[in-house]
Amino acid sequence: MAKRKGLFGRDPAGPLDYLRKWPLLTVMIATFVFLYVPLLTLMAFSFNDSRRNIVWRGFTTEYYGKLFNNTDLMIAFGNSLTIALFSTFFSLILGAMVAILLWRFRFPMKPFYEGTMALPIVIPEICMGVAMLAFFARIGWPNDLVWPISLANITIAHISFTFPFVAVIVRARLAGFNREQEEACRDLGAGDWEVYRDVIIPHMKPGLVAGGLLAFTLSLDDFVITFFTSGPETVTFPVKVYSMVRFSVTPEVNAASTVLIVITVFLTAIAMWLQNKGAEKK
Amino acid sequence: MTDGAKTIIGIRSVTKRFNGNVLAVDDVSLDIKSGEFFALLGPSGCGKTTLLRMIAGFEVPSDGSVEIDGQVVDDVPPNKRPVNMVFQSYAVFPHMTVADNVAYGLKMDGVSSSEAKGRVEEALGLVQLPGYGERMPDQLSGGQRQRVALARALVKRPKVLLLDEPLSALDAKLREAMQLELRNLQAKVGITFVMVTHDQDEALSMADRVAVMESGRVRQLAAPRDLYEFPNCRFVADFIGKMNLFEGVVKSSAGSEISVGIDGIGDVRLPFDGSAQGKIGIAIRPEKAMVTADKPSDEDCLSLEGQVTQVAYYGNESHVFVKTASGLDFSVTTQNNERSVVAATNPGDRRWVSWRRKDTLVLAE
Ligand SMILES: Nc1ncnc2c1ncn2[C@@H]1O[C@H](COP(=O)(O)OP(=O)(O)OP(=O)(O)O)[C@@H](O)[C@H]1O
Ligand SMILES: [Mg+2]
Repeated sequence: MAKRKGLFGRDPAGPLDYLRKWPLLTVMIATFVFLYVPLLTLMAFSFNDSRRNIVWRGFTTEYYGKLFNNTDLMIAFGNSLTIALFSTFFSLILGAMVAILLWRFRFPMKPFYEGTMALPIVIPEICMGVAMLAFFARIGWPNDLVWPISLANITIAHISFTFPFVAVIVRARLAGFNREQEEACRDLGAGDWEVYRDVIIPHMKPGLVAGGLLAFTLSLDDFVITFFTSGPETVTFPVKVYSMVRFSVTPEVNAASTVLIVITVFLTAIAMWLQNKGAEKK
Repeated sequence: MTDGAKTIIGIRSVTKRFNGNVLAVDDVSLDIKSGEFFALLGPSGCGKTTLLRMIAGFEVPSDGSVEIDGQVVDDVPPNKRPVNMVFQSYAVFPHMTVADNVAYGLKMDGVSSSEAKGRVEEALGLVQLPGYGERMPDQLSGGQRQRVALARALVKRPKVLLLDEPLSALDAKLREAMQLELRNLQAKVGITFVMVTHDQDEALSMADRVAVMESGRVRQLAAPRDLYEFPNCRFVADFIGKMNLFEGVVKSSAGSEISVGIDGIGDVRLPFDGSAQGKIGIAIRPEKAMVTADKPSDEDCLSLEGQVTQVAYYGNESHVFVKTASGLDFSVTTQNNERSVVAATNPGDRRWVSWRRKDTLVLAE
């Protein structure tokens, strides 16, 4: 029998070696090309020594300097960070409480409640954005508040779409909780409060950290919902970038986007790492 | 041993139904004596864990009540009961050091940290983990984690220590070592131990008294020797060790003797002190019977002729299976205390199976 050759001339591919057969390999390569080439181009051109984004003219960090001197952009960035911090804090509290509620208690209409709670995860962002806009307009939310308080409506909007993510992550973490830990704790003399403080919350911790980081990045780079809830005085970083792009895509925008990507990727990586670490320990 | 010792745990007609219909514990009454090593033994699902959890306070009896040291504790939550439990999964707190784990119960009791420190050291020494205080639980082996769980419960000096299948997660070698160690530990600290197990060897070798449970009921409560030598019903006879069980009918009983017609054996007289009528069970332990080439002449022996169907060799002993002429299957355990014994019995041989009348068990239930 003739020796069969695989795609790369080595031994033939096994039944489960999908990545060594052409169909899946093509899909994979296409994914990489269409997903990462634009991102890498964007990052590369943020260092391009030219006003225009088409031809490579040489390396410079000039636009990063410009970025940090752009007061409007820096204010927007400050707004984004403030909103992200506050909405993360409240999402964590709300999300953790929802997770405990769903994990621990049985009550009527629980599946219904669980479904509505997770709605913001699946609902189109544009709908949420419009709904938030209509809501705040209808209740007559004031537009002329002083600075940190003026961000409250955006923060509330962000909390309402980030806390379900926290709840889902923490709920998944709690599913792996060994009930005997709680009973052991009680057996040793602990009351309800001590059980939470000493056993359940420490167990939830990796989920809380991962959920918090996720909520933070979701809030930081959210555009659609924020766009509908921000006013002229409360522009966030993504909204500001969008308004800059409307005139022209300059390397400055590239630089701003690169900064945002780096922060987001970094935080997401930490979140995933913490979650894996928690899963390993079990 | 424990005769005359005071009752530390009283189970009074306790019944437990889950969700209104699953009957997990069915009208159990028993006394656990202060200072004894008590075992709850039974097949899976017979309600052992449920009974133990009712003592700990994690389940509330549907009926009846539990007394600890003379006090009814039905309304006392687990954190207020003077008993502590070692869980099957050990449930050592993974985010605390060994020392913090052991000190946890003392902290809850408000013991000062200087006193707690000494007691933690002492408890860790007791379970042979001195100097392990700074380790994290994930740096310990399964056996060591169990010792931490033990120390954590013992350090509170409970009146009773409850153990749910404490050795089931350990490998065979370690399990044997821990059996001895737990036994010694119990003797040393003098605390009453109540252990749940489905492993009869464990129960027999460790406990002072064993309660054998079946589908929610206690079938027999006795010392290990009595349980093995004098089971009171077919279930216990069959569950503890190996047993040849036959059916019989009482013909007559007079004084300390009973005349029984046994299917496949015929009418025999057996020593028996109780009263029995109608259908009864007849039981003979495999190691109390002998396999011989010739019919034994001893008057005190009952014997049957048959053919060897199988010989299972276990090194120190062999299990010989004989089918008698009347169709009974009989198993006999023979000690291989001489090399020549091993080859003496082979499948197909015609042999006599015999045992002493006084080693025959009559089971009324
Ligand atoms: N929380 C519960 N809800 C409903 N049924 C239960 C519950 N706990 C136990 N049971 C039932 O009660 C019966 C006895 O259970 P239990 O756990 O006491 O058995 P066990 O003797 O400890 O068995 P094992 O050796 O398998 O641990 C079983 O039929 C079980 O299904
Ligand atoms: Mg059990």
